[in-house]
Amino acid sequence: MNTLSRKIVMAATGLFLCFFLLIHCLGNMQLFMEPEHARLSFNAYSHFLTGNPLVKMVSYVLYASIIGHAIYALIITSKNKASGGTYKKDNRGRASKWYSRNMGVLGTVVLIFIVLHFQNFWYVYKFGQIGLDANGNKDLYAVVVAAFQELWLVVVYVIAMIALCYHLVHGITSGVRTLGLFHPKFVRWVNIVGVAYSVIICAGFAAMPIFIYITNLNN
Amino acid sequence: MKLHLKIWRQKNRKAQGQLVNYTLENVNPHMSFLEMLDTLNEQLIVNKEEPVEFDHDCREGICGQCGVVINGNAHGPLENTTTCQLHMREFKDGETVLIEPFRAKGFPVKKDLKVDRSAFDRIISAGGYVSVNTGQAPEANTIPVSHETAEAAFDSAACIGCGACVATCKNGSAALFTSAKITQLAILPQSQEERKERALKMIAQMDAEDFGHCSNTEACEVECPQGISVLNIARMNYEYNRASFLKFKK
Repeated sequence: MNTLSRKIVMAATGLFLCFFLLIHCLGNMQLFMEPEHARLSFNAYSHFLTGNPLVKMVSYVLYASIIGHAIYALIITSKNKASGGTYKKDNRGRASKWYSRNMGVLGTVVLIFIVLHFQNFWYVYKFGQIGLDANGNKDLYAVVVAAFQELWLVVVYVIAMIALCYHLVHGITSGVRTLGLFHPKFVRWVNIVGVAYSVIICAGFAAMPIFIYITNLNN
Repeated sequence: MKLHLKIWRQKNRKAQGQLVNYTLENVNPHMSFLEMLDTLNEQLIVNKEEPVEFDHDCREGICGQCGVVINGNAHGPLENTTTCQLHMREFKDGETVLIEPFRAKGFPVKKDLKVDRSAFDRIISAGGYVSVNTGQAPEANTIPVSHETAEAAFDSAACIGCGACVATCKNGSAALFTSAKITQLAILPQSQEERKERALKMIAQMDAEDFGHCSNTEACEVECPQGISVLNIARMNYEYNRASFLKFKK
C-alpha cells in the first residue's frame, strides 16, 4: 500500500463510523422520553439491535472499522513521524488548526472512551447481571440510568464527546477530500455540513448523560 | 539595525550539525533576507571563516531555489512569500533570528542551509510531462482550451517547487507539490493520453522518496509562496482513485 491508499482506508472506515454515529444518536434519542415510556421503548430497541442478523452483520463491520481505523492510524502516524522534520524553533502551528495536527491524540481519547463505553453498557448487556423490564426485554435503560448517577462518569462522557467533536470536524472534511472531492463549491458545502454534523451529533450524545444525571438528582 | 543570528551549520550530509551564533551590525532594513546573509558571509570571509551555504538563484520569487526556515516558519514570518522576497524591515532591531534548513526525510541537508531537493526532480521525471511527437510546432488552436481551464491549469502550474510545503508539513508530505504537478496537466486536453499513468507513476515516486502522508492540515497552502490550493491534493486523490479503478494490466 502507498500513502494515498492507506489514507483511503482511514477515510472509508472513518466516514462509515460517522454514519454509524448518526444512527446511534437517533436511536438513543429515546432516552429523552418520559422515563417509563423510555424504559420499554429503549429496551425493545436494544433487543431488536442484538437479535437482528442484518444488524449483527453491520456490527461486525463496525468493530472491524474501529480496529482498522486505529491500526492504520498507528501505521500512518509512525511513518509520518519518521518522514517529518523537527526544528529547534518551531512556529509551524500558526498555519493549521490544533485539532488537525492532533488527530492521533483526539483519536486515542475517543478509543479509550469506546473501551469504557463498551464496558459500561455493551459488556453488561451481553455478559453481566441484568434485570428484565415489563415486556421481558433486558433492562438496559436501568443500567444506563444507574451509570449516569455518577457525576465523574458524566464528566468523562462529556469530555470524550468534545474530543470526538473536534476529531469529526477535521475527520469529515479530510476524509471526503481523501476520497477525491475537489470541486470548490462542494468542498465548501462539505465543510459546512461536516462541522454542523459533528457539533449536532456530539452535542446530542453529550446531552444524554447530562439529561439523565439532572432528571435523577432527586432520587 | 542590529541582528543576533542563530544559524544551522553542518559540514556535510553525515555530519552532526549545530546552531552557531553570529551578530550582524548595520543591517539595512531594505535588504532582502538573502542580502542580509550575503553581508554575513562577506564578514565571515574577511574573518577567514567559512561562509554559510544557502540556495538561491533568481532572487525575484519565481525560481523556487531559495528557502530556509526562519524563526520556525518556512520562508519566514510573511505568509505566501519566498525567502528572497522577505525584507529585513519585517524584523525588529536587536531581534534574535533563528535560521534552519528545510527539514524532512525526503530533503536531506547537504551543507548548512542547503538541502537536497532532487526528490522533486525525480517526481517530475516519473511522469510530469506530456509526450509530443517532434517536428513542426502544431497549430495552437487545433485543440480548444477554455479560458477558465487554462487559468485553472496556470493556478496549479504556479508552483515553483521550493519545498516549503514539505518543510511546513508535520508529516514531511510532498502532496501539495506532487498534486499541483499532476493537476496542471490532468485538466488540459493535450495530456489526457498519459493521465492515468502519470498520476500513478508520480505518486509511486513521491512515496519512494520517503515523503509522508497528507493529513489535510492545510498548513502547506498557508506557507506556500504561490498560495497553491490544497484542493490540488483532493484532485490528486481523485486522479489516483480514477487511475487505480480504470487501469488494466498490459
